[in-house]
Amino acid sequence: MVAGDRAWVGSSVPRREDSRLLSGRGRFVANTFVPGMGYAAFARSSVARARLVAVDTSQALAHPGVTAVLLASDLATVAPGSLIPTLYAGAPGAPVRLLAGGDVRYVGEPVALVVADDPYAAADGADLVDIEYDPLQPVVDFETAGASTVVVNPERGSNVAATSKHSDPSCDEAMRRADRVVTATVRQQRQANAPMEPRGVVAAWEPGPSLVAYVSTQNPHEVRQVLARAFALPQAAVRVLKGDVGGGFGQKFLLLSEEIAVVAGARLTGRALKWIEARQENLTSATHARADLVTASVALDGQGTMLAMDVDHVEDVGAVPMGGSGGAGASVVTRFTGPYTIPALSWRTTAVHTNTCRRGAYRAPWMMETTAREQLVDEAARQLGMDPLELRRRNVIQSGDQPFRSPGGMVIDGVTLAECLDEAAKVIDYSGFRSRQAELRRADRYQGLGISLFFEPQGSVAAIRAESATVRLDPDGTVSVAVGSGNHGQGLETTIAQVVADQLGLDMEAVRVHDGDTNSTPFGNGTGGSRSGPILTPAAVQAAATLRQRILGIASHHLEAAVEDLRLGRGEVFVLGTPSRSVVFATIGQLASAGAAALPPEVEANLHVTATYRMPGPVFSNACHMSICEVDVDTGTVKLLRYVVTEDCGSIINPRIVEGQISGGVAQGIGGALYEQVVYDEDGNPLTATFVDYTIPGFTEVPSIEYHHVAAAGDPGEPPDPLYKGVGESGAIGAPSCVANAVADALAPFGVGIIDPPITPAAVRVAMDRAQDGRAAPTIS
Amino acid sequence: MRVELTVNGGLMTVDVEARRTLVDVLRDDLNLTGTHAGCEHGVCGACTVIIEGEVVRACLMFAVQADGARITTVEGLAGDDGTMHPLQEAFCAHSGLQCGFCTPGMLLSALVLLGRERHPSRERIREELSGNLCRCTGYMAIVDAVEAASRGPGDLPVPHQQST
Repeated sequence: MVAGDRAWVGSSVPRREDSRLLSGRGRFVANTFVPGMGYAAFARSSVARARLVAVDTSQALAHPGVTAVLLASDLATVAPGSLIPTLYAGAPGAPVRLLAGGDVRYVGEPVALVVADDPYAAADGADLVDIEYDPLQPVVDFETAGASTVVVNPERGSNVAATSKHSDPSCDEAMRRADRVVTATVRQQRQANAPMEPRGVVAAWEPGPSLVAYVSTQNPHEVRQVLARAFALPQAAVRVLKGDVGGGFGQKFLLLSEEIAVVAGARLTGRALKWIEARQENLTSATHARADLVTASVALDGQGTMLAMDVDHVEDVGAVPMGGSGGAGASVVTRFTGPYTIPALSWRTTAVHTNTCRRGAYRAPWMMETTAREQLVDEAARQLGMDPLELRRRNVIQSGDQPFRSPGGMVIDGVTLAECLDEAAKVIDYSGFRSRQAELRRADRYQGLGISLFFEPQGSVAAIRAESATVRLDPDGTVSVAVGSGNHGQGLETTIAQVVADQLGLDMEAVRVHDGDTNSTPFGNGTGGSRSGPILTPAAVQAAATLRQRILGIASHHLEAAVEDLRLGRGEVFVLGTPSRSVVFATIGQLASAGAAALPPEVEANLHVTATYRMPGPVFSNACHMSICEVDVDTGTVKLLRYVVTEDCGSIINPRIVEGQISGGVAQGIGGALYEQVVYDEDGNPLTATFVDYTIPGFTEVPSIEYHHVAAAGDPGEPPDPLYKGVGESGAIGAPSCVANAVADALAPFGVGIIDPPITPAAVRVAMDRAQDGRAAPTIS
Repeated sequence: MRVELTVNGGLMTVDVEARRTLVDVLRDDLNLTGTHAGCEHGVCGACTVIIEGEVVRACLMFAVQADGARITTVEGLAGDDGTMHPLQEAFCAHSGLQCGFCTPGMLLSALVLLGRERHPSRERIREELSGNLCRCTGYMAIVDAVEAASRGPGDLPVPHQQST
């Protein structure tokens, strides 16, 4: 391997992190033990909305092992304004409270923090905190919450957390002139991220004071910033350590109130404290997501050309959402026209508070744009009597349309939407399926094919469009890479090593990637939003490229040869044409460290290079999903038979890791379409507090996925100018509408349109019964 | 209460409160933190261990119930020299893990399956592992890994479960 060659990039190199994870040596936060530490547990509200009459801690304090019980008043020194995530500083939002005082606003809101010598005693103590409530009528239904006179957060004066509106006169005009206007109402039910590892923190204060916090997080440097603000410490006095993280999917992107409360508890009790969230807490009071209602219209001419869209979006952000208003509405509506050349768009958004768990980020928080739009497009196809593939083909952004300025203000470029659509149709044998579908219908069997076409922007949040990496040549000739944003299952220890090894012409074994320690990694903005491919990876590439130049500089001096005549490969630098004249990296590493004094001043001896990559603007991955399902019309059961993904995520570093990202997202999307739902009763009690009630898909629910990678013509993915795009959210964006459209397609003969998810057997049967009112028999074409 | 456990071939004696679960005793008392608690109510399977040849959820068993039992945890799969078990190798080769939190339970459930059925079909693998949840992979890569292990040469022993 020679530097600049693609020896590692592009191949499915086995993951570096696997050996420890497979042998039970994962460094998860629950595996952190600090001498003398106590254990924390929260006493939480069992009422959705109430005045707090009294909190009696005496029984808890009398319990053996319990050493302290802290209430809101004890934590008053932590100013609420300091708890707002850095990205949302100054944004209006519900006040973040570490512990409830005066009133409670959702079931699961922390009221008291119990500290004990062991976790069982801490849990006992939490049960023994006696909370007296004066219950009040809660707001639970978000579709009516905006108009309710009952206000969730009195400080805000209204349940409306945020609104936005854009009225485009050309949209109104198009709606008036159109041959056809098709309107659809699309709901998306409340869901939970449900990472397999719940949240957790171990907080240890040291004299100074300084703070060491071990946190299960996607974003260690953000945790550091918030904790420094919360406790009025210089950031340099806060060390955040993130080990292995057992999934987050957005839930661990911003620091939540419980972790901060535990850090405060550790300070107040003078003892290191550990808190590991229980699954019930995670499902009821960590973060929830989705919970959207879209009413959208599309105007079409007689040929099926889409002329305009109008979208109204309402979302539930819960009582105290994660970050600002917590809403994704602005992203949902501005991206709503998605992959189509639609010139006009109007929108309205409303985010509302309810007396429920806070809304947080969940893998593509704005994915309702695809979920609703792609179902609207299928509804339009049904009403027009047009094939849904053909309708998409007539409107999809082609290569010749790019760069395409969308009516939502995005400049869409470098996408292969039409190619992905065609490729998926080919792979799934679209026309063959249509014939088979018709035959099966004559035999009273109902299969359907669903399509979802979309793009996945990265870097759309300008404030965090940068990442840094440090690449260092050590004196033994091996390379350490430190990245500011880290791994929680994405394989970054492997993919970053692949790109760095290729830059330096090294074996993978000689490159190690470190993350998660804010003391030894450069600043990072967190792993989320599919940022690692397009923003973090180029930082590592740039740092490695600069390091390569410095290695060449030292080698040039050492070998007395011009830099232009030198090449890197196999861990050494050699003279082109005279490979016997060479110097190994270890010698260069030693020359730069112990021997640096002997190098002449004009030779750069610093082999510790940090690069910050500033992404110039958003990039767009894109994909098409197609699935085939069969619906048992007697029982309402949906079975997925095939699932095809055609994806363009630019240059691929490690195909199997890319496929794993797609597959995991698709599984979550299938969960959203068919199985998962957070349920509250009318009093605001969560009814889905365990994995028995909140049913994430398992081995028998997720089909095998057929992946096909599509590359743009003149693919920027080839060296020397690779473009790494993100792929973390893609699967979760496409799957819900793809599956919903397949079900609707299967049930088309029964006149069943869009079904509110999750599309359970009962939901299918109810929808069929409703559709059958007024219909004698299914129409079979 | 005094409890004797043979964990990964080593006899261990611990004094535990009767209400403490096996997963907590393995993790907190015996420092075997490879067994993970994912739900504490017996659904997710992250805490799966092998006891007397059977798959057991360590969050649903009190440690005192395991008194005298032979237990294999994920730490016991690799050889004494650190050589990975063929099943571990297959998980690595086929990307059968991402965050790795569910992985210990997956490995142990799959190992018991392969002990009973040396060449299960993909459908059987899905059925038999359906008691283990994963939120990252979408499962296909795990099925690939287990299938590959089942086709490999040689034995797929369940370590530390044989009588000595």
